[in-house]
Amino acid sequence: MSITINQSKCTGCKNCICICPGNIIRLDAERKAYLKRPSDCWGCLACMKSCPVQAITMMLPPELGGQGGKLSLRTDGHRTEWTVTRSDGTRRTIITDTEEANQY
Amino acid sequence: MEHKIINSDVLIIGGGTAGCYAAICLGERSGLSVAVADKADIRRSGCLAAGVNALNAYITDGHKPIDYVKYASKDADGIAREDLLLDISERFNAVTADMERRGLTILKDSSGKYISRGWRNIKINGENIKPILAREVRKQKNIAVYEHVNITDLRTDGRVRGAYGFGINDGAFYEFRARAVLVATGGASGIYRPNNPENLPHQMWYCPFNTGAGYCMGILAGAEMTAFEMRFIALRCKDTIAPTGTLAQGAGARQVNSKGEIYEDRYGLTTSQRLWGTVAENRNGCGPCYLRTTGITADQEESLYRAYLNMSPVQTLKWIDSGYGPSVRDVEIDGTEPYIVGGHTAGGYWVDRERRTTLEGLFAAGDAAGGSPQKYVEIAAEGIIRYLQEYSEYGDSERLNSQAEAKKAEYEHHINSTSGTYTPHQIETAMQKVMDEYAGGIRTDYIYNENGLKLADEKILGLTELIQPAEVSDTDDLLALYEVRERLIVARVLIAHLMARKETRWRGFQENADYPEKKREYECFINSVMRDGKIQIIRKNLVHIGDDQA
Ligand SMILES: Cc1cc2nc3c(=O)[nH]c(=O)nc-3n(C[C@H](O)[C@H](O)[C@H](O)COP(=O)(O)OP(=O)(O)OC[C@H]3O[C@@H](n4cnc5c(N)ncnc54)[C@H](O)[C@@H]3O)c2cc1C
Ligand code: SF4
Ligand code: SF4
Repeated sequence: MSITINQSKCTGCKNCICICPGNIIRLDAERKAYLKRPSDCWGCLACMKSCPVQAITMMLPPELGGQGGKLSLRTDGHRTEWTVTRSDGTRRTIITDTEEANQY
Repeated sequence: MEHKIINSDVLIIGGGTAGCYAAICLGERSGLSVAVADKADIRRSGCLAAGVNALNAYITDGHKPIDYVKYASKDADGIAREDLLLDISERFNAVTADMERRGLTILKDSSGKYISRGWRNIKINGENIKPILAREVRKQKNIAVYEHVNITDLRTDGRVRGAYGFGINDGAFYEFRARAVLVATGGASGIYRPNNPENLPHQMWYCPFNTGAGYCMGILAGAEMTAFEMRFIALRCKDTIAPTGTLAQGAGARQVNSKGEIYEDRYGLTTSQRLWGTVAENRNGCGPCYLRTTGITADQEESLYRAYLNMSPVQTLKWIDSGYGPSVRDVEIDGTEPYIVGGHTAGGYWVDRERRTTLEGLFAAGDAAGGSPQKYVEIAAEGIIRYLQEYSEYGDSERLNSQAEAKKAEYEHHINSTSGTYTPHQIETAMQKVMDEYAGGIRTDYIYNENGLKLADEKILGLTELIQPAEVSDTDDLLALYEVRERLIVARVLIAHLMARKETRWRGFQENADYPEKKREYECFINSVMRDGKIQIIRKNLVHIGDDQA
């Protein structure tokens, strides 16, 4: 699994670098975050949750059945708004709340 | 490298679920000073980085802890420490209540009772379980947390007195001096070639950053390990390798083959049998296999989307991106590569009821501890408190000083070697190929034989020799180098354990083609100790409740 960092949005705050459980995101010479070892990414999305400017997204690779859709998120306290943007531009939004237990 | 020395009463290696919980207990119930060292940031480190949506261990109304003990023991075909299991089970409900008090969301009915998933499982929202634990750790005044510090070896002069590591970000040499040490580094993944080896080697179920460090440092220091041969192979959503419990136990989905036949009943319902059944169906030409989810309602599907976002978000992305949610298409399932995970099976450190390992001063908790599935960590904290009431010296002898210098020199040697033969990544890939092909990986449907194991052992030893001259250019590479060293050491011990169990006990998890039957004489634990680089196998008796436990 691999996330994508949009460097034009990145402010170099280092949140994602700190939080990644695998220590695989680093800052480049322009002080922008980049995934140093893309094949080592676990897809846990800790980095995405930590990014204050939504610079990080995830796309499902074709071998996992990806059709080009992109997952992004925005957190607001205990609520997280997840958005899947499909390749045809249609969107699907799901809201999770850590104060609501899973039903399964 | 700058040399940093940190003194504390207790060192906890690994601030995952077990390490954090033990730290909180020590913080609240003792005046001991505690250092927690983690290779990452404890808010999102380890297995539960993405979250979790059920507590797999809870005793519901009408059941007793002994029921759980008997269930877990039966699931492991008798190879379980029932004494440890009982201690753990008796505390499940108190820990759950404690976690709820600390902010964990648990599903309840209108009368305030927890809603269970089966009789030993409750539903939660654990997306934030690690941030909650990390916050509780930070509240304790006597705990200091050292993050991005990778520990590689124990500091020991016969008694364990701390550990050594290096700062991944600051490049410093860390010497932790402590009176007692708790290993809570989780289990070991990445030893076998994974499901998606080419481009997505870390698309795996178990945390790819738990590389068996805790096992490795204990093995090298002479600690006794148990049951590595009881590997854990997870039955997961195919390709994404997302957990299936939410579908199987949560939504009641049954295992069906491509003809639509429910096959799980034919093979048995223990964890290894469920996996084995799937392997066998595929082999018999009846695959692919699925969890039957079609027909669930739109509301149920929505709940599942949320449940997976809180644990394994890639699965929800797959459902939505493909246009086929679980209500319209069954979810394909597959087995993963084998892991060593003391939390699910019995592999790990051999511990006593105080969670002491066989090394004086060293304790183990969580997935690092062996003997029983589903560990409980408060017990380790209590054991440490009792231990330190009697034991007060620090020990800073010449021997320990030269040991620290040698370890520092070892890190510096790697960092300063400008050229090397192979990269850590190349060595790791080679190891995974060897284990896959000769030690019962995915390629052979997890089956192995002695001749294959002998070859695997020889090749793994050969790969170990490539570590010293490997190519390293910064601390990120140094981390990768020690990770592969850990995996190679764990692989050697695993091979010795697979060899020693001359029977087939858990088809799927452990199938020895030379000995396809189960044998009474193997109703015991296979333990091992490494001495002078050689692995000695020791047999230990099973412990059933009521037996006199040493
Ligand atoms: C995807 C997934 C889903 C799961 N779902 C459930 C569930 O629904 N219910 C349930 O009850 N259980 C579940 N489990 C199991 C549960 O997560 C584990 O049993 C539990 O987290 C083990 O705790 P631990 O502290 O031993 O390991 P972890 O929580 O993984 O912690 C290990 C820690 O050690 C650190 N570390 C590792 N090596 C080093 C080193 N060399 N130096 C310093 N630090 C190091 C890591 O960074 C990490 O913080 C799940 C596991 C996974 C992987
Ligand atoms: S998804 Fe997880 S493993 Fe991958 S870069 Fe982000 S934090 Fe690291
Ligand atoms: S968290 Fe976002 S803004 Fe901060 S460094 Fe990472 S990508 Fe850049």
